[in-house]
Amino acid sequence: MNVPADLKYAKSHEWARREADGTVTVGISDHAQEALGDIVFLELPAVGRKVNAGEECAVVESVKAASDIYAPLSGEVVAANQAVIDAPESVNADAYAHWLFKIRPDNLADLDALLDAAAYAKVAEEA
Amino acid sequence: MEPGTENNMTKHTPLHSAHLRLGGKMVDFAGWDMPLHYGSQIEEHHHVRHAAGMFDVSHMLAIDLEGAGALALLLKLLANDVGKLTEPGRALYTCMLNPQGGVIDDLIVYFFRPDFYRLVVNAGSADKDVVWMLQHAGQVRVRARRDLAIIAVQGPQARAKAWVAFPGLEAASAALKPFAATWFDDMLVARTGYTGEDGFEFILPIERTVNIWNTLLDAGVQPIGLGARDTLRLEAGMNLYGQDMDEITTPLESGLAWTVSAESPRDFIGKAALADAPRLRAQRGLLLLDKGVLRAHQKVHTAHGAGEITSGGYSPTMNQSIALARLPIDTAVGDIVEVEIRDKRLKARVVKPPFVRNGTILI
Repeated sequence: MNVPADLKYAKSHEWARREADGTVTVGISDHAQEALGDIVFLELPAVGRKVNAGEECAVVESVKAASDIYAPLSGEVVAANQAVIDAPESVNADAYAHWLFKIRPDNLADLDALLDAAAYAKVAEEA
Repeated sequence: MEPGTENNMTKHTPLHSAHLRLGGKMVDFAGWDMPLHYGSQIEEHHHVRHAAGMFDVSHMLAIDLEGAGALALLLKLLANDVGKLTEPGRALYTCMLNPQGGVIDDLIVYFFRPDFYRLVVNAGSADKDVVWMLQHAGQVRVRARRDLAIIAVQGPQARAKAWVAFPGLEAASAALKPFAATWFDDMLVARTGYTGEDGFEFILPIERTVNIWNTLLDAGVQPIGLGARDTLRLEAGMNLYGQDMDEITTPLESGLAWTVSAESPRDFIGKAALADAPRLRAQRGLLLLDKGVLRAHQKVHTAHGAGEITSGGYSPTMNQSIALARLPIDTAVGDIVEVEIRDKRLKARVVKPPFVRNGTILI
């Protein structure tokens, strides 16, 4: 299982990366893309939307089913990745290179409350 | 472990180990541990449309009916008219109805002799089918053939690759018409399938299944999971039991009027109910015009009232979402309707299935 050590993770299988400008980039884990199967459509949150941690804010549709994506932390959506909307299969090819959206968190310290790679790997293994 | 026996409640076909060796992602399907895909479902779908792929469908059950009353029994049990089958090996697609006109199962019946027919039924309905047949069988012997496995080889190159794999098969099967079958050694070779492509279904003894599968692999036939089987059949406009048909809906409201032989004087179970049933809804195809994916159970709003999607998904061939839906009967091909997907209403066009046949988009 591919779980990069430099990222934080939510139990609901999103990854989060702190950027130099204070925003947090969000995507889905390799385990999640594998479980979903071929991804064919994504619905991403509008830029400017305020989201709460744990709130449904995106949808990934695969050949199998539609799956909700949850905001890993509270804040404002500052970017949505048009590239994955245009090429949904890129998330299957590399789930960590292809982010879904960026959040400017209300409180950057919330990131620390997410799982580290080792803890997430355990969650994914048991899923 | 023996094929067909249970382990942790999940049944295995004779090819279970082969699927694991090939990297199959296994899922539960009607109590059977089956391959969903072996890597990419979409790639497998395209492979069947363009070349040749094979499916393990051994979870489906062959049932042999033997005895002097076999023809009379099937004339009563099946909504299509088995009396039309006179040439040995010819097959017919049909529903088996309950007295209320609901569909107990859909199946293919092969004729060999008036005292010998073979039915192939869905995995999830197999047990209740056998019970139902036994209730009406009288002196006719009903044999559930769990000693047989089924491999479907499908695609424009399917027959040619099967002929390369098995010397002598070409001579035995080249003249076979669609919906006809012939014996080859101890295999029944049928020119049938569930993908909208040409090909064969092999019904064969379980002891030989792994060997036959590997011979087809060596001939360049790629293994295909049940995920692609579902998108292929949806594009081909073919119903899936439990989604597009069920025990509380008549075949007339499930797009299957063409399989009901109501005009013949024969009486069959469900016939009277069908004659009385109000026909308020009809099966139509939907093509999603907005971005998104149609799924079963989504609500459809039409000018004539509400309907429901019975099967939906992403069509790899059309790169667009398609569905089968049960809509108010006045809904016409070409109408624009709205589908409720989460908090949105997306536009779809009503079309006439099939969407794709023999590699060609028809919509």
